[in-house]
Amino acid sequence: MNWTLALPEIVLAVSGLVILAAGVLMRKEEAFLPSATLSVAAMIVSGFLVATSSSGVGYGDVFVVDAFARFIKLLVIAGGVASITLSIGYSDGKSALPFETPILMLFSTLGAMIMASSANLMTLFVGLELSSLSIYILCAIERDRVEAAEAGLKYFILGSLASGLLLYGASLAYGFAGTMEFAPIAVEINGAGALPVGLVIGVVFIVVGLAFKLSAVPFHMWTPDVYQGSPTPVTAFMAGAPKFAAFALILRVMMGPFGAMSPRWQLLIEVISALSMLFGALAAIPQRDIKRLMAYSSIGHMGYAMMGLAAATPVGTRGTLVYLTTYLVMNVGVFGVISAMRRRGREVTTVADLAGLGRTNPAMAMVMAICMFSMIGVPPLAGFFGKFMVFGAAWNAGLYGLVAVGALSAVIGAFYYLQVVKVVYFDASVAPFDKPAPSIAFVSAAMGLATVLFLLALGPVSEAAGAAAKALVG
Amino acid sequence: MNDAFAQIGLGPFLTVGAALLVLGVFGIFLNRKNIIIIMMSMELILLAANINLVAFSAALGDLSGQVLTVFVLTIAAAEAAIGLAILTVYFRNRGSIQVEDVALMKG
Repeated sequence: MNWTLALPEIVLAVSGLVILAAGVLMRKEEAFLPSATLSVAAMIVSGFLVATSSSGVGYGDVFVVDAFARFIKLLVIAGGVASITLSIGYSDGKSALPFETPILMLFSTLGAMIMASSANLMTLFVGLELSSLSIYILCAIERDRVEAAEAGLKYFILGSLASGLLLYGASLAYGFAGTMEFAPIAVEINGAGALPVGLVIGVVFIVVGLAFKLSAVPFHMWTPDVYQGSPTPVTAFMAGAPKFAAFALILRVMMGPFGAMSPRWQLLIEVISALSMLFGALAAIPQRDIKRLMAYSSIGHMGYAMMGLAAATPVGTRGTLVYLTTYLVMNVGVFGVISAMRRRGREVTTVADLAGLGRTNPAMAMVMAICMFSMIGVPPLAGFFGKFMVFGAAWNAGLYGLVAVGALSAVIGAFYYLQVVKVVYFDASVAPFDKPAPSIAFVSAAMGLATVLFLLALGPVSEAAGAAAKALVG
Repeated sequence: MNDAFAQIGLGPFLTVGAALLVLGVFGIFLNRKNIIIIMMSMELILLAANINLVAFSAALGDLSGQVLTVFVLTIAAAEAAIGLAILTVYFRNRGSIQVEDVALMKG
């Protein structure tokens, strides 16, 4: 058996446990910085191992490594590293986070990586739970803030309901397909004519559970509250790793075993995608809290990313993967600026608080404006290329209605993104923010730069995404 | 054991599982009082899936269903521990665990 397949995960798991033990032995106030630094180091090592790992199936066919898994894992690790770096700066102020924060992010990343590599319902469930349980704790980790506790409670209740439904669906799929592995399930589906009803119900439950993790409409209701209440670095994390992992699974299941019956599920994905885009654009307009606004924005972006899946072609899958990459870059940029929104050590989060940022901190204002324009999809920023690829794939697949809805919601969405830019540059400032911590300034500057210069990376990224899509469809 | 299982058949086990699932889901959505009851309902949903898994495993003569059941039991324990911890934190801040009080953020 080729045990080195899971080497990146093993390295991450062992170093997570070691860092946790070391953190317990240190003085509480001093443990945060070492544990965050070590977690970032462990994730970078693991990312390097992912990039150089060989493809194959191992551990009794429950664990698969291919170009697709590698692509998703690198995205997940990048999101995790950026969020931990943000948490270092965030923890400088008055609301210090405990040293377990980066370690929990590390474990959640690990769970997401296991999900990306799963070839079996068992691996899928265990990875999903590892990723989700860590995030439940992360939401409520600021123990003295009532909003954080409420966010944690809400996410816990709705998240475990979704996991429970997913597990029930997995049990039905197991029973009616007679196996837990994705590949034989595919044989079962493509073989005999009529599908067992139980299998279809099971798969619907699984898709519902994953759509919940994606916060796609109609399973989005937790997103705004949880985004608003959680500490900002945790929100940045939630918008990344778990969503990429859920997307990885939906893509792997839909384009793999269920690829042959795409006409039967295409409509379902189209409806979810259209509703998410429209809802994300419309419901964001009246929002006053910037984190809440970003929550609705993320619902919309998941809709756009799903457009590539709705096309049900390798080109569509490539578009989705490129979209997720651009979303990661601009989203972390925005959350970098949000993490820096402090006055006299206290965090402020309304859109109005951004007023006059263009004069008091031009660099931050520039990052915010770049990311907002990128989220609208203005060329030549990163967001344009993602949108261009998914729209193109959907158009080529003949989904003209979906493309029209997408274009409409992009225009509506532009309204509230531009509103933020207007507040940043043209409203009279209240008072300047505190000087941002170096790590926050670094992350936002890097992501702003990456959003502008994405054009240069477009070739390699879309090539890697194309290889990933090919590995999936076969 | 297999003889007894063949006599009873898969149907009754799946019915119990489905009934537990429905009870759990309704327990979450109809309950307007206490968060502890929601957490009990969540355990019911996981148990429903477990009954399904064990029944299918016995019917198929395939062990992997029972292996997953053991994993699920472990995960359910971890989930309950985390849930109660979050609930404790919430209660200390808010002084109540009534469902209707969990509404600071809206919109």
